[in-house]
Amino acid sequence: MDPTLPPSIRSRPVYGVLTARPGPRHLMVADGDGAGALTEMIAGAPDAAAMLAQSHIIYMPGPTGVDLSANLRSVGVAQLHVSPSFAASLPRLQKVLADAHMGLQIYLAGTEGLIGLAMREVMQAGLPWQAVQTEHRGSTLRRVQCVHCKGITEAVRTDPFVCSHCGLNLFVRDHYSRRIAAFQGVNIDAEDPGLVPPAAERFA
Amino acid sequence: MSVGAPKIPVRVAEVVEVNPLIKRFRFVRRDGAPMPVFSGGAHVVIDMDDHGTRRMNPYSLMSDPADTTGYEISVRRDDAGRGGSLYLHRHVTPGMEMTLSSPVNLFPVDARARKHLMIAGGIGITPFLSQIAALTGQGGRFELHYSARSRDLAAYADGLMARHGDRVRLYLDDQGQAIDLDHLLQGQPLGTHLYVCGPKGMIGWVCKTAEAMGWPKAAVHSEEFLAPPVGLPFQVQLAASARTITVGPAQSLLEAIEASGVDAPYLCRGGACGECETDVLGCDGHLDHNDHWLTDDQKAGCQKIMPCVSRFRGNTLILDR
Repeated sequence: MDPTLPPSIRSRPVYGVLTARPGPRHLMVADGDGAGALTEMIAGAPDAAAMLAQSHIIYMPGPTGVDLSANLRSVGVAQLHVSPSFAASLPRLQKVLADAHMGLQIYLAGTEGLIGLAMREVMQAGLPWQAVQTEHRGSTLRRVQCVHCKGITEAVRTDPFVCSHCGLNLFVRDHYSRRIAAFQGVNIDAEDPGLVPPAAERFA
Repeated sequence: MSVGAPKIPVRVAEVVEVNPLIKRFRFVRRDGAPMPVFSGGAHVVIDMDDHGTRRMNPYSLMSDPADTTGYEISVRRDDAGRGGSLYLHRHVTPGMEMTLSSPVNLFPVDARARKHLMIAGGIGITPFLSQIAALTGQGGRFELHYSARSRDLAAYADGLMARHGDRVRLYLDDQGQAIDLDHLLQGQPLGTHLYVCGPKGMIGWVCKTAEAMGWPKAAVHSEEFLAPPVGLPFQVQLAASARTITVGPAQSLLEAIEASGVDAPYLCRGGACGECETDVLGCDGHLDHNDHWLTDDQKAGCQKIMPCVSRFRGNTLILDR
């Protein structure tokens, strides 16, 4: 159990520890400290050289600026793509998934936001989410959707926070949507406007 | 006691000999009401009164799920079985009144799939017929690989090939044709789900090969109804009902429990669904687990039994029933 993610309601995603699985191809998507999860998994693989020869890593710095791309450059993977952001890597990820065949092993590592966004693409490609391995590393900053205006605020640090779209004060729930890859934010002062508890730094 | 929807009173509308081994039965409701719509891959349990012996066997529905005028099943005659298929083949004729369970689906297509890859062996074709009928209406993408002993025994192959062209590929044992599974599984686009229904050996081969090639478990589906195996008679204590019963050699534990008047839960009666799972309170002997439901750890633990297909050898077995 990841100590930064205490047990919660069923909707809240849980993450595991990446293990190299047999398969003809491997796709790894990671951000920030997720690079460490990849290098540790590869080091523990039964045949790391064979795995690396069939692997494609898509990596980007985390939301707090952690960039371990140098560590990944030294592992000798067949294909490494370092991207400035998830948005920038999205066309590549979609193309890789569209061309892929069953048997491809998918590993996602890093922040919840990255794991959720990449998972959404994988699910849209038709693979069941249970088939994808995930490992949380690094920042716990949240991607939150305002249930009122539907706008999404990235890298939410405090609870409550102010919706970056409609300006409502939002309470951050553990209620999570795989379809939109975001936690749910609900107006906290709907009945008593202005009665807002002080914002606590819950995510870092 | 089956859980869920009430039973359906039916009349046998038609019996057709499809080939030397397989007969097709069509059932319509006695009260003239429409049949419930079912989903492709669903089965019903048929209640049979075989000259005093009550038989309740599951059969996949093969008719179009949207056809509410009747249900159709196909039954392969098993001369060495316990007698359910022989009863249907020899004694069930048009006009007879029978009772069906409401449909239950343990083998649905996964609607999230980009493509459905189906592998059928022999009579295992039946659930795919209803699945394909449903998918065709929805424009679903599928591919069927159907293996049979000979052209004569390849039930429904001609109709499938006529309707679906090269989406259907037939493999005949007597022509030396076999599914090239490795090649087939290698080329499937991401998002393909795999379905297999057929003999035990085929299901094991397909599932094992898929796993070795990196296919996720959640994308591999199989269905095999087990017939309760015959065995030596044994005694069982039913603790909650305070009685001791004897299970006959050709009777399943579930059937013996029911025959004693105890209302036990069940759904598929073939070791697949998990509904009849029963706690074992005491066991001095060996449980013969024959189901697909319990995990290997549970089977080794002797705390649970699936009375629809599993048996016991030894001195004392006490169940919480």
